[in-house]
Amino acid sequence: MKILVALKRVADPDNANKVKIPPSGDRIDTAGLEWKPNPFDEYALEAALRLTEDGKAPKARAGEVVVVTFGPKETEQTLRAALATGADRAIRVDVTDDKLDGALVARALKALVEREKPDVVLMGKQAVDGDSNQVGQSLAELLDWPMATFAATIQEEQGALLVGREVDGGVAVLRVRLPAVVTVDLRIVAPTSVYSLKTARTHKYNDGVRFAALPAIMASKKKPLAEVKLADLTADSGLKVQYHGFEPPPARKAGIKVKDVADLVARLKNEAKVL
Amino acid sequence: MPLPPPLFENDVHATLRSAARRWARTEIAPFAHAWEEQGEFPRALYESAAAAGVLGIGYPETYGGAGGDLSHVLAAAEEFILEGKSVGVAVGLGSHRIALPPILLVGTEAQKQKFLPPVLRGEQIAALAITEPGGGSDVASLTTRAVREGDHYLVSGAKMFITSGCRADFLVTAVRTGGDGHAGISLLVIEREHGFTVSRKLAKMGWWASDTAEIAFDGCRVPVSNLLGEEHQGFVPIMMNFSVERLLLASNCVAIAELAYRESMAYARERQAFGRSVSGFQVTRHKLADMATRLAAARALTQEVLQRHLRGEMVTGLAAMAKNAATDMCSAVCDQAVQIHGGYGYMREYVVERLFRDARLYPIGGGTREIMNEVISKTEGY
Repeated sequence: MKILVALKRVADPDNANKVKIPPSGDRIDTAGLEWKPNPFDEYALEAALRLTEDGKAPKARAGEVVVVTFGPKETEQTLRAALATGADRAIRVDVTDDKLDGALVARALKALVEREKPDVVLMGKQAVDGDSNQVGQSLAELLDWPMATFAATIQEEQGALLVGREVDGGVAVLRVRLPAVVTVDLRIVAPTSVYSLKTARTHKYNDGVRFAALPAIMASKKKPLAEVKLADLTADSGLKVQYHGFEPPPARKAGIKVKDVADLVARLKNEAKVL
Repeated sequence: MPLPPPLFENDVHATLRSAARRWARTEIAPFAHAWEEQGEFPRALYESAAAAGVLGIGYPETYGGAGGDLSHVLAAAEEFILEGKSVGVAVGLGSHRIALPPILLVGTEAQKQKFLPPVLRGEQIAALAITEPGGGSDVASLTTRAVREGDHYLVSGAKMFITSGCRADFLVTAVRTGGDGHAGISLLVIEREHGFTVSRKLAKMGWWASDTAEIAFDGCRVPVSNLLGEEHQGFVPIMMNFSVERLLLASNCVAIAELAYRESMAYARERQAFGRSVSGFQVTRHKLADMATRLAAARALTQEVLQRHLRGEMVTGLAAMAKNAATDMCSAVCDQAVQIHGGYGYMREYVVERLFRDARLYPIGGGTREIMNEVISKTEGY
């Protein structure tokens, strides 16, 4: 199976307080931010690796995993890290975030999918910076492929994937015929979430995303990493979403101390008006 | 501001650091305080570290290592301390760093195949046993005796301050096989089955999560096949180990001080006094500025010595200088960190209290501050 994984680099969500907005309010100042892969995309890569291996021998890849990101030269670090955990090949579409929106990324990915012809496109359900949750769905529509979003489990079948999605009140199971687009949720990296045809159903993975060991990190420098211009993928680089201004959330005000329960109830009723 | 990437590191180090950081954040940090208080961490942590590929860094892949050089070893060890926040766990996990190199250096192929892979898989624990109750710095006068009897040595004596000694499966042990002085010393691998005994688990000022043992040998029968290198030739491999050990210790100190500095910065911003944050006072800012400056200087020297070592230069004197500079810096920074934390800095629930105690080991272990100055005197030629 050949899988294309779309990875986005995001500002470290654990250091969200370092995000600064200049007085002009027309952009976010990204200087000094620490970058890491969008966690949901890392989960998608882990799922792709699990789908292309026998869980007992994870060094041998059955099929091919290609990772793609949209970003400036520095994002190659994110791609190299993905290659170190087991992806075979990487593609960087040279562009910066401010020139992109979800629809444009989906259009460009469509062109890339037509070139690469993967059986599956895997990505996170959303990126944790913009939280747009659009690219997977838009891409499936543009390709006219089946899709399954928010995957919590994936089992490979002959020519199809059986995808479990957690929904209110239970789990919905979809069978998507390949080729297909699948976006993943956080439970996809639980020990028994993903099985390829090769992996025994009794196999249990370590919880979470696998670690890149030093020999693989060094070997990743020799794996192919191609650069593609955005213009080579789509002539239409217009944006449907335009940002008109940014402002930080209001600073938290100091709390108050209440005397007793009666005081608390009174304040909830009269001041907060939630009772 | 996050630190800029270390001057001599590339993106291999960056990816390795992020893997080590993630492992330490999930596998050490949540339990750091509890393990320090219990004076031990679970043995299973060795296997977890091996599975994540962060235990065998710096050892050849032929013996189950992860490859890489000392720069990779130090980068990963730094992340263990910075993100795991337990110096005891980091040094306990790392006891093989001083125990295995003599095997790698002078061991036979059979000895390497036997002893290295199980340790690098996290299944066995290795410790280095040199210091004795009657003398530490004066290696050449050690008294643990190994007497040849057929194809065995009979070993009698005692060893002191042995990191990971309580749980060790084997000890790389310095013994006296010949006459007085350094020409009578050999290195023997003494395994658990040969019958060494842990006389006691020592109660220490710091490094609580790492066990430290006093060991007794009472006629242990050790096969001659466990002799490392030539008989009576143990002194040189012991000494060759020291430069690397001193660099490791200097780099530990840089990481410990960096952690103390970060904790202090965060605390000073958060803590209110006289109607503003403690960092709003010039006296606090200047303390932090001094800490940052000394830290930067010790980091720079440690990195320089590391780079020279990687180029193949003899760094005996420089490594001793780096160790003294880094340990002095670390003690001073941790002391100021406690001061900035005020009353809370004296409480066990705060990380800096622990770091302050951990820091005190470094001017003593791996060659005392005074021995370092002797080494420097010798290499400088006075």
